[in-house]
Amino acid sequence: MSIDTQLFEGKLIRLAPINHDRDPEVESRWTHDLTLMRSLSRQPAIPLSIAQMKKKYEATEKEVEESKRLFHFTIRGREDDRLLGFTRIEGIEWTHGTCSLKLAIGDPIERNKGYGSEAMALMLRYAFHELNLYRVSAVVGEDNPAGIRFFLRHGFVEEVRRRKSLLRDGQTYDLLYLGLLRDEWLAGKEKIHHD
Amino acid sequence: MIDLLGGEKIHLTADDPEVFAAQLFRWDQDSEWFRLLDSDPPRLFSEKKVKEFLEKDLEKEITHELFFTIRTREDDRLIGFIGLFDLIMHQGDALVAIALGERESWGHGYGTDAMRVMLGYAFSELNLRKVGLIVFEYNPRAIRSYEKAGFVLEGRVRGAILREGRRWDWLYMGILREEWLIKQAAVTVSES
Repeated sequence: MSIDTQLFEGKLIRLAPINHDRDPEVESRWTHDLTLMRSLSRQPAIPLSIAQMKKKYEATEKEVEESKRLFHFTIRGREDDRLLGFTRIEGIEWTHGTCSLKLAIGDPIERNKGYGSEAMALMLRYAFHELNLYRVSAVVGEDNPAGIRFFLRHGFVEEVRRRKSLLRDGQTYDLLYLGLLRDEWLAGKEKIHHD
Repeated sequence: MIDLLGGEKIHLTADDPEVFAAQLFRWDQDSEWFRLLDSDPPRLFSEKKVKEFLEKDLEKEITHELFFTIRTREDDRLIGFIGLFDLIMHQGDALVAIALGERESWGHGYGTDAMRVMLGYAFSELNLRKVGLIVFEYNPRAIRSYEKAGFVLEGRVRGAILREGRRWDWLYMGILREEWLIKQAAVTVSES
């Protein structure tokens, strides 16, 4: 790998900036998807209007600029620049080299096409080779088995089970914390190289 | 009157930012204490700045975070603080954090008492179902104290802290409401 490696370019998708004109309408629709909202946050799922989504994007870019602990990218189709999802590295503790990662493909129709996996591969490379972090964490609810499988497939290891921390639809679920260490990620890439 | 925030040796109080800041900015200069409590590097803010932070905290929604100062019953001395954060009321879940800034107050059972009062408040007044906490691997005294209080180890975030040239884990511990109720019943039986 060298300096001319494109950090944001995949084969199917690319990581890209927010488009304040086109994106609010698309993501506003996603916020009406209860399952998606639940996979991203433990706060009560509240749908957002286009105007509210615009404000949220502005707040996001402000936070990226000021906190220095957040990197937020949109996931877009290479061919048509269509907004497919978003991904972020947040809660960075620079002195310890740690962070938390979130990733979502908004429309269920666009899932299981390899977009999320490509975005994840780009994000992990960014975290370990550009931000030089030591570990990446992910938080997933037990009520999101597809999400858990996704992170496990990318080498994450289950580290914590906060028992019954979630209460949804009258049922309790554990909250899982998963982690991927840089050494584990490097070993995983070595394996792919040799296969 | 039910004294929901009163323990045997301590009671939990709400103190003015000015009063709390006067002690907190001193405790913040005890780097060992700070590093047992916080993964952030200590910064040594002025008393004035600490007061500003506390004033800003008052504006925060108490639905997300709620902290009390700890005062001894004996002489009303402000010795530390305890509170809930990552408080998600509609889920009935929160994390608890406790810190005794006055070193002479260590080893007298004040922390144990404060935790008991805090859990009582969390489960009986806030109606939480679950209380968790984060403790660092290099804080065995606290880990033992939490185990005695009924917290169960729920996992380790590997190598989350890099300090003094080596890596340490974050431990997550938790206690469910039903577990706390059983513990309360056991204490009552042993006292009778």
